[in-house]
Amino acid sequence: MLGWFKNWNKDNPTDIYGPAILVGTVGVAVAVAAVLVTVGQPAATKSLQTGPRGTGMSVPEFVSEVESPDPTIEAYFSQEPIPPASEDALAGDLYENVQVLGGVTDANFTRLMNAMTQWVAPEQGCAYCHANANEGNYADDELYTKVVSRRMIQMTQNINEFWAGHVNANEEVGVNCYTCHRGQNVPSEIWFKLTPLGDTMEGWGAVQNRVTPVSQFTSLPSDALEKYLLDGEMIGVHNYESHVDEGPEEEGVRSWQDAERTYSLMNYVSNSLGVNCVFCHNSRAFNDGAQVTPQWATESLGIQMVLEMNQDYLVPLEETYPENRLGPLHGDAPKAACKTCHKGYQQPLQGMNVIADWPELATTSGDYVYDSE
Amino acid sequence: MTMIENQNIFTQVQVQGTPEWGMNDNGKMMEERAGKPFFSTLAGFLGNAQIGPIYLGWTGLVSLFTGILALNIIGLNMLAQVDWSIPEFIRQGFWLALEPPSPQYGLTIPPLYDGGWYIIASFFLLVSVMSWWARSWLLAKEQKMGKHVFWAFGSAIWLFLVLGLFRPILMGSWSEAVPYGIFPHLDWTTAFSIRYGNLYYNPFHCLSIVFLYGSVLLFAMHGGTILAVTRYGGDRELEQIVDRGTATERAALFWRWTMGFNATMEGIHRWAWWFAVLTPITGGIGILLTGTVVDNWFIWAQEHHFAPAYDGSYGYQAYDQTYQSFIGGGE
Repeated sequence: MLGWFKNWNKDNPTDIYGPAILVGTVGVAVAVAAVLVTVGQPAATKSLQTGPRGTGMSVPEFVSEVESPDPTIEAYFSQEPIPPASEDALAGDLYENVQVLGGVTDANFTRLMNAMTQWVAPEQGCAYCHANANEGNYADDELYTKVVSRRMIQMTQNINEFWAGHVNANEEVGVNCYTCHRGQNVPSEIWFKLTPLGDTMEGWGAVQNRVTPVSQFTSLPSDALEKYLLDGEMIGVHNYESHVDEGPEEEGVRSWQDAERTYSLMNYVSNSLGVNCVFCHNSRAFNDGAQVTPQWATESLGIQMVLEMNQDYLVPLEETYPENRLGPLHGDAPKAACKTCHKGYQQPLQGMNVIADWPELATTSGDYVYDSE
Repeated sequence: MTMIENQNIFTQVQVQGTPEWGMNDNGKMMEERAGKPFFSTLAGFLGNAQIGPIYLGWTGLVSLFTGILALNIIGLNMLAQVDWSIPEFIRQGFWLALEPPSPQYGLTIPPLYDGGWYIIASFFLLVSVMSWWARSWLLAKEQKMGKHVFWAFGSAIWLFLVLGLFRPILMGSWSEAVPYGIFPHLDWTTAFSIRYGNLYYNPFHCLSIVFLYGSVLLFAMHGGTILAVTRYGGDRELEQIVDRGTATERAALFWRWTMGFNATMEGIHRWAWWFAVLTPITGGIGILLTGTVVDNWFIWAQEHHFAPAYDGSYGYQAYDQTYQSFIGGGE
């Protein structure tokens, strides 16, 4: 039936493969180009310009990623404060052993306790901290969780009152328990001491070149958080003159190893905020204070804030925790850093105001401001 | 109609026959030649199909022995760091390293567990590289060749010595040397540039990049030109140098038409050799000056008026952007 076709092919030998490849390639290219022009870039990006033109200072993001809301925002619980009247009884007078929030009115005290349960122990409920809550006894300090929460309330108040330059840098955002906890008993992204990594090395060989969470899975030093956010060591490594007569073996002289550790911290900060180097720095001169963004100052405050949180609040709780809450290698208390709050976002909970409803957590003074305006 | 011809990296012509042993003019040269030569079609796709014989000599043996020793010291140190676990060694292989000593030891001999093994491995690596360098001289001499390869290898060795020997001595500490590890040596590179105020403002770093990229460009131009005139005998480059034929005429005319100037069949190889050799020479000078003569290249660039100033403010707020608008929220 197809004999005529076969005969025609035999009589008219033609190289169809060469042109076929050419036509196919060009055809596909034209089709792809047409789709891209009409439908648009499938992985669309947008960017945040952070510095002068020509410096390449820009934070690029995929639109689909940067515009998708933080899933923990939906689960956030909040309740407006109940304006106190002068005759309202205070929690400190009604209940035993109220050491921190004694000056809060009964209604607001209950409101806050309920919210804290939602934020920190939604599954376990009151009994997570109050051992005999089922018998109506809330006063016992039997459980470590209660002792820790009391200190954490003080820490939260301290942050909102004294570190507003960081937590309210752009507009009022503040922090409360949910900023770190997000409905979990223990916040994600806490950290423990990891170094030395094994016992075969000492010095710089013992603190780096291993896949660890604190190094953000890089080969950079794993002791950056420990040195800078707990011990308070100097982060800067640069000389501020073109030549300085010093050698790396001298005490206090910053070596390339110190630069690596600083890089490790900076990489951690970038990951914590979901940004890059040029969000804060002009990367051509990391040391130059005249070429940084306002976010650099916010970040510097944040580093001081975290230092205080770790030194004054978190580490002293080491004795309070049971063993299973302590670090796996050195039995140290869990510590906080940028990612514990930020969780990969420029602003925790994408800048949602979590303090407006909670004047009780905004100050250490006991002087709670309930004006909604 | 123009037919499209498929050109690829594989050699189009292979020669296989009786293996070629090389000359033996003094009657003693066969002693050092080891291995029975054979032909590999696979090797022939990439280069000469003949494999072997190999001429090791005492320099080759010393080089191989010390090189293997250095590699094993590095590898066993890495293995010890993951508690002798082979799966972990493979999983973290690119992360692991043998680090130089900590800075406080200066130029003294540090303990084995804090850079001592590094010094020992470096010593053997030095012996290995230097005897391989000697080998490239001796084998060229044996064949009555020029010593061009020897000097070219020497330029790479210059950079190697600057990084691991000359600069650490000038800085007064072995800790300045480069770690032996895949990612860690890259970490060193980044940290080194940042610590000394951005190596991109180091003029010798600039020169090294020029010669590196220049080498790539020259290599592509030369390779392309010769392949293009192979049909006229252009691949017989040595003959074309002294007895210029139509291939050379066409190649030269092509480049004169293109850019008004052309290299010669001989000169192009001098261009390529010097560009390649100057890459590590200038790079090594740049490294040697860093931390010894200049401690902050950006400030040095400002002092010498070539760090540009930019108009405009820092921070996204200055460009009418907010965080909320960036994440798609209303303002």
